[in-house]
Amino acid sequence: MADASYPDDLLYHDQHDWARLEGEDHAVFGITWYAQDSLGEVVFYDPPEVGATILKDSSYAEVESVKAVSDVIAPLSGEIVEVNDALADSPEKINEDPYGEGWLVKVKLSHADEAGTLLDAGEYRKFLSAE
Amino acid sequence: MTPLRTPLYEKHVELGAKLVPFAGWEMPVQYEGIREEHAAVRTHAGMFDVSHMGEVEVEGPGALAFLQRVLSNDVASIEVGGAQYSCLCNEEGGVLDDLFTYRLGGDRYLIVTNSANHESDLAWLGRWSHDFDVAVRDVADRYAMLAIQGPHARRVAAGALDISLPPRMAVATARIGNRPALVCGTGYTGEDGVELLLDPEIAPAIWAELLDASVVPCGLGARDTLRLEVCFHLHGNDLSIDRNPIEAGLGWCCDEATGFLGAEAVAKARSEGTVEKLAPFCIEGAGIPRPGNQVVVDGQQVGEVTSGTFSPSLEVGIGMAYLRSDLAEPGTAVEIDVRGKSRPARIASKPLYEKEK
Repeated sequence: MADASYPDDLLYHDQHDWARLEGEDHAVFGITWYAQDSLGEVVFYDPPEVGATILKDSSYAEVESVKAVSDVIAPLSGEIVEVNDALADSPEKINEDPYGEGWLVKVKLSHADEAGTLLDAGEYRKFLSAE
Repeated sequence: MTPLRTPLYEKHVELGAKLVPFAGWEMPVQYEGIREEHAAVRTHAGMFDVSHMGEVEVEGPGALAFLQRVLSNDVASIEVGGAQYSCLCNEEGGVLDDLFTYRLGGDRYLIVTNSANHESDLAWLGRWSHDFDVAVRDVADRYAMLAIQGPHARRVAAGALDISLPPRMAVATARIGNRPALVCGTGYTGEDGVELLLDPEIAPAIWAELLDASVVPCGLGARDTLRLEVCFHLHGNDLSIDRNPIEAGLGWCCDEATGFLGAEAVAKARSEGTVEKLAPFCIEGAGIPRPGNQVVVDGQQVGEVTSGTFSPSLEVGIGMAYLRSDLAEPGTAVEIDVRGKSRPARIASKPLYEKEK
């Protein structure tokens, strides 16, 4: 498993999700290093349907480890335009590379301005140390 | 309440284990990862700190008669140096605990309890012991317990500790770390192995010796996936005071002829059958069952999952559920309601995982 890291180019939600903004109104979502470490080895990812509408702060998918299941919370609102199909066969990518090959969905944002409510890497690190 | 810590707590912290509260104890749930630890036990040798489990010594001229009264199995059939699995039942046949009994001497036995039930087991045993010439002693503080399990476990343990091992389902005394110890040919993983009852003071040194001998430290997470693959019961999940041994599939460790507490209820359940039975199942496709999930057939709720997990060996969701007895036959197609999603599953026969011969 990779070492703890929280890249500076991402935005973070306090439910341990990240968003990488792409262009004006698209973003990639995933779960943070802290989330995958707490969960343990992910053995199952239940993705949403492409085209589904998702709401900031609401669950849009499930990730499951041997021991536990966890809702994945949307950091921003929008419509799913792509899901990471590779995770069906290798969900462990979520542990090995949570910000790269372990990405979960691509989203067309409906309210791109919501991004202003998310934490930057420094704020998220501070939030984690306070938890 | 501050959690209890085993004598090996510092060792777990040193290894970077994830520690979780379990039955009042702070126990390692995993070190490197459940799948890795699970695989180590299936292919090589792993060790578990199970020092949270309780020990009760029963000694005296009335020991056999007393144990015959409280334990479901035929205690008279345990020879000196033997071991036996049985249920501790109440008068209604409800399962208070499931436990191993080791016969250490002519009229001296050791019972290993589940940690969550240790105090209530003691009270129960104490209460029924009054009619017998027997002493019941809580000796949980006297032992650290280490389970070494896996196809290479016996060879590695015997070599590293320079001891000879008793056969399966037997117990022997030994000197380990220059202190008296008990070596038991038992386990909870479906693999060959031994369980050591050690002087708590020397447990950390023994742990370190086994670690040096390439035995892989394993947490309660792997212990649970390993036991569920071979359909061993977990009290509190698959066994409870509201279930009798017959519906739990434990009729094989009940001998009603001994007249144990609950024998009448167990005999009735055996002859008349039970409304529900515990059965193992495998999910067919995606989804991981969890305790509390409903079992559904034709849109009707027919049972409930009591244990469920992802099987690292089979790479599917597996579990055990109490369901209507007529549906508890291997091959029956059912659905498991996993968080609102219907997952097709099939009732299987025990064990779910079988070693390649």
